[in-house]
Amino acid sequence: MEKTEVSLHEMYKSILEGYLHTGSEHALYEAQQFSRQLIKESMSPEEMVNLHIAVVQGLIPHLPTEVLAANDFLLEVMVSYGLAYREHQSLRDRQKQLESELAVAAKMQRELLPKDIPKNPALDIGIKTVAADVVSGDYYHFIEDENDHIGVGVADIIGKGVPAALSMSMIKYAIDSLPEQRLQPSALLENLNRVVEQNISSNMFITMIYGLYDLNKHTFHYSGAGHEPGFYYNHSSREFVDLKTKGIVLGVMKKAKFKEYEQKLEPGDLVILLSDGVTECRAENAFIERSDIVKMINKYVHLSAQEIVENVYSELEKFQNFELQDDFTLMILRREV
Amino acid sequence: MSQTCVEVRSEWSIVAARQAGRAVAKEIGFGSVDQARITTAISELARNIYLYAKVGEICIEKVVDANKVGVKVSASDDGPGIKDLRRVMEDGYTTSGGLGAGLPGVKRLMDEFFIDSKEGEGTKIHAVKWLR
Repeated sequence: MEKTEVSLHEMYKSILEGYLHTGSEHALYEAQQFSRQLIKESMSPEEMVNLHIAVVQGLIPHLPTEVLAANDFLLEVMVSYGLAYREHQSLRDRQKQLESELAVAAKMQRELLPKDIPKNPALDIGIKTVAADVVSGDYYHFIEDENDHIGVGVADIIGKGVPAALSMSMIKYAIDSLPEQRLQPSALLENLNRVVEQNISSNMFITMIYGLYDLNKHTFHYSGAGHEPGFYYNHSSREFVDLKTKGIVLGVMKKAKFKEYEQKLEPGDLVILLSDGVTECRAENAFIERSDIVKMINKYVHLSAQEIVENVYSELEKFQNFELQDDFTLMILRREV
Repeated sequence: MSQTCVEVRSEWSIVAARQAGRAVAKEIGFGSVDQARITTAISELARNIYLYAKVGEICIEKVVDANKVGVKVSASDDGPGIKDLRRVMEDGYTTSGGLGAGLPGVKRLMDEFFIDSKEGEGTKIHAVKWLR
């Protein structure tokens, strides 16, 4: 510390002396380099003013007493700037610390998501989920049971950031702890609703759509809790139909009932589940409609389920100028044979 | 050297407290940057008394340790006290809405800082700056 102070003093003295002699741009350029050095060594504004005063007094003897007094006056003014500067530095350090903590939370959160997509020759599954911020409010789930059923769910926690991320772990553990006979969509949502209602604050809500695919009968049974409707794509007629559901958002009512629906799938048919981050994309002066999503899926429908979701995501990402407004989750199931 | 105390009950007494502090700091041999820092710290403490407790006292004294010498500033009042000390010691915390340095600022300006406060009973703060 002592040493750098001495060397900064000498450096500043020689640069300022050079400038007083030559008045050159080169000396001013050196001054700019010097100020970078100051920031690097975290010299505060009042220390710099003090350095300047000391150097000027050394270089220009017999300064008028008024100038000396005015220098002291400036120093007094700069003390508060110095404080603000140091407060800023400490807040910046704190921010870095919080950011790294949040990064750890985000990593833990990604580990809550299924590691693998269920593989079955009869059903091709594609999934893409992207957080708008560091942590996500979207969640998806896969369950395979021993009776040739594959359960799939997409949930959207209303609200962003850390509170949403914390609720996500609750959803996962609640589903994981349900006994197998409870995996029927309406029963599953009723159970989750109870857990959510009891465990999260009344101003937080979770929407969810959950369905069970029967690999033998090729039926998809599904129920929704206030969630963005999915789509059913009929391969032979090339038509998209909304998978509308009736059911209240999770966490609002103590005893909620969820109606269950059935959709039969023929080879080539798709079931599309999504979060509202997909349909509520917006760029500066344009909104994406559900019909636009349908067009995009239709454009890539000849590709694999995973390729479709990847392509739709990259189109929407470009549309929004690479700034996601909301968490994005798109899941596609296709009956293969 | 004995203690110099200033009763704080108006904005003028803030100036008197500053003056007393500067005189002691100068006498001990503090340079002009540190003089300005000590005075700013006294100002902040006195302003806190004036704004929140209305009445209190600032005392300034020279302190001598084994091989160092410094200035100690004490502020005491019987005002409303501070409910959450940890929060007022956080950067960015302010109740006056102004750009005051606050207590974290005082802590930074000085080398040592102690605070004791009870809600409803008042606040005692003392801070020391050592001559280097």
